[in-house]
Amino acid sequence: MANAASAHAHDGHHVKRYGGLMDWLTTVDHKKIGILYLLAGAFFFIVGGIEAMLIRLQLMAPGLDVVSAQHYNEIITMHGTTMIFLAAMPILFGFINAILPLQIGARDVAFPFVNALGFWLFLFGGILLNISWFVGEVPDAGWTAYVPLSGEQFSVHRGVDFFLMGLQIAGFGSLIGAINFLVTIINMRAPGMSFMRMPLFTWTAFIASALILFAFPAFTIGLVLLTFDRLFSGNIFDPNMGGNIVLWQHIFWIFGHPEVYILILPAFGIISEVIPTFAKKRLFGYSTMVFAIILIGFLGFMVWVHHMFTTGLGPVANALFAVATMLIAVPTGIKVFNWLFTMWGGQIRFNTANLFAIGFVPTFVMGGVTGVMLAVPPADFQFHDSYFVVAHFHYVIVGGIVLGLFAGLFYWFPKMFGRSLDETLGKWIFWLFLIGFHLTFFIQHFLGMLGMPRRVYTYLDESQNPGWGWMNALSTSGAFLMSIATILLLVNIVITMKKPKTAPADPWDGLGRTLEWTIASPAPEYNFAQTPIVRGIDAWWKEKMDGKTAMTPAEPLGPIHMPSPSILPIIMSFGLFVAAVGFMYSDVLNGYYVAIGGLAITLFCMFLRSVYDDHGFHLDPTEEEGVQS
Amino acid sequence: MSSVTHSDPHAHHGHGVGEELPHEPERATLEGRNKILGFWLFLGGECVLFGTLFAVYLTLRNSTLGGPSGVELFDLVLVAWATFLLLTSSLTSVFAIQAMHMKNVKQIMFWLGITVLLGAGFLGLEIYEFYHYVHEGHSFSSSAFGTSFYSLVGFHGAHVAFGILWISLLIVQLWKKGLTVVTAPKIYVSALYWHFIDVVWVFIFTLVYLMGRMG
Repeated sequence: MANAASAHAHDGHHVKRYGGLMDWLTTVDHKKIGILYLLAGAFFFIVGGIEAMLIRLQLMAPGLDVVSAQHYNEIITMHGTTMIFLAAMPILFGFINAILPLQIGARDVAFPFVNALGFWLFLFGGILLNISWFVGEVPDAGWTAYVPLSGEQFSVHRGVDFFLMGLQIAGFGSLIGAINFLVTIINMRAPGMSFMRMPLFTWTAFIASALILFAFPAFTIGLVLLTFDRLFSGNIFDPNMGGNIVLWQHIFWIFGHPEVYILILPAFGIISEVIPTFAKKRLFGYSTMVFAIILIGFLGFMVWVHHMFTTGLGPVANALFAVATMLIAVPTGIKVFNWLFTMWGGQIRFNTANLFAIGFVPTFVMGGVTGVMLAVPPADFQFHDSYFVVAHFHYVIVGGIVLGLFAGLFYWFPKMFGRSLDETLGKWIFWLFLIGFHLTFFIQHFLGMLGMPRRVYTYLDESQNPGWGWMNALSTSGAFLMSIATILLLVNIVITMKKPKTAPADPWDGLGRTLEWTIASPAPEYNFAQTPIVRGIDAWWKEKMDGKTAMTPAEPLGPIHMPSPSILPIIMSFGLFVAAVGFMYSDVLNGYYVAIGGLAITLFCMFLRSVYDDHGFHLDPTEEEGVQS
Repeated sequence: MSSVTHSDPHAHHGHGVGEELPHEPERATLEGRNKILGFWLFLGGECVLFGTLFAVYLTLRNSTLGGPSGVELFDLVLVAWATFLLLTSSLTSVFAIQAMHMKNVKQIMFWLGITVLLGAGFLGLEIYEFYHYVHEGHSFSSSAFGTSFYSLVGFHGAHVAFGILWISLLIVQLWKKGLTVVTAPKIYVSALYWHFIDVVWVFIFTLVYLMGRMG
């Protein structure tokens, strides 16, 4: 209560501030929400990783029976869905939340309440999806959920319903999160922080958020319509009733392709922060980097048919989309060369963050090259649905996004938690992960060329498929190395979290270039006691080069207005969770009253939020000790 | 600790209009400007949402499976009346915004009330229309045409219904709290929402009803 009392010193409103668990359940602080995203994302990353290991164990040798064919289908579906929607996206959202406002010199995000709501929606969506394991009716139609396989005719149990409902709820969370990031960037930059002075990570978060805004609603409709088909006897995707199955592929991929850029762009951003910092050089070709991100984001909407070359849309469509796809190699190539030229002549430090960033570049290029190969329709007819495709997208997703995430984790860990991760252990993690990764996935290109299909739970022995046995065994051995690296990363985090918070504001030997390194590690609740004035790209580095030890403030010190914590986001999300369960089980529950009750909870929370104005409270940075606990 | 007067400039302007209420109260605070921009972006996402529904409808609109087609079903007189009500409600919501800029709370509430009534009239006609169609054998599950029609037009109708509830709640808030820099952005974005619904209806009128009558 002492905390609360001093928080009220400048404000008369009753603002209940909680401690402990309630603090985390009610927080609207973007830094805490960032940590929540990281924790939940890491949890789902481990779940998805266990699923990956089960896949690799099953495929380690021909004719194995580690898991049954049905379980295998469930595991591959949940592995893809979990890794994309519940691991990669939330972890990126975590970094964006934690770092983006600091990089633009903002005290907060535009919509702190909506931001919290976005997190809880994602979490409840993820929980709903994974409850399917306990119910025993697991999504098994692949992460793409193609009809008619995912339709009521061929997916008779509730697995696909869990997929539809879980992703619908999590998708709302992503959408409102993206709007929050967009408005934060457009409206809340510090004085002098023009668009063309924004750090690259902020730029990539900006474009990725725009992609979410324009891609996710299409998926929302796809999910709604398939839900209509499955639960309310709709006919959109049922050819027997005049429906069209290719429609689902179009809807899914016009969302699905931008989705992969939503994931990779912020990873590009992380790399574009880490490489200049540890090369002690300004990013080469800043404006071309920005141009490349925008172009990739734009072209991302123009290429969805390259996932459907074998669907039979005809040579004209295939040729157009092939050319559009190959075009993307141009801005991506610009980025790769800019990273290389940034390192050229720099004083490169090979710490763990930078190792991951440097390891990213060639690994991602390999994934890009196979991407161009797949963009050639005649070749794609051969590669399609083979392990070549599996190798390709793991090179861009694991070799691209995951390496980027690890680089970001080591780079920003001190800013988020006040402690630096262990470097010795970090280098072990890097080498184990990188070697394990290439062992696992490089050979899969050749398995694909030899004809090994995706999504099939086993294969015949040497007499039928010579070479497949040792190649798969090698791939599985690499997966074990990646597992060990991931476990060591967890060990590293636990060890580090037990150390005292000693990281300085600018913990990388004073190499920090952007605004997040001008404030304490971890950042205080109000981020900037005084909003800084920005005078150029790499705002903090510019001041340091001019001999300054702090940013020039744009305002005097004074009380800072903060939004109140709220329990409503979690209740709102819970309401939708209840509604989803109610719709799925309406046949067992004899009606929609549970579903309507759930929706009523959510609508009532919206009502409360609208009716009661949040006056917030004030914090005074000059009496910080009393305020922070 | 609870009786200190607060220093927050954007709250408690009491009933109606204070002299201190700025010229464009919806844009007077950063919160207000954020809300307006965020809502514009949200409407951008909504465009994709409805765009996808339109694409689905245009793909499947001839899959009637022998059931009644648009040519047989659609009654342009009824739809024209519905269109008239909704387009007029867009105009009255503009009047509400103009009243807001004149800081006339009673007039805002009046024009928002008219907007809600016109919206409810539209919704009533739409429900009557759907009821009529179902009796003619055009239902949600009768064919792919049925599902895609009710998905598209029903999504729009659900938006209208939500808008009616939302604007009604805002009228109550105006009555209780008056026009402040907190309520003004809410009214402004609800008007944006209402115009958006209107624009979507123009497309539905053209692509569903007019094109449907053409066969």
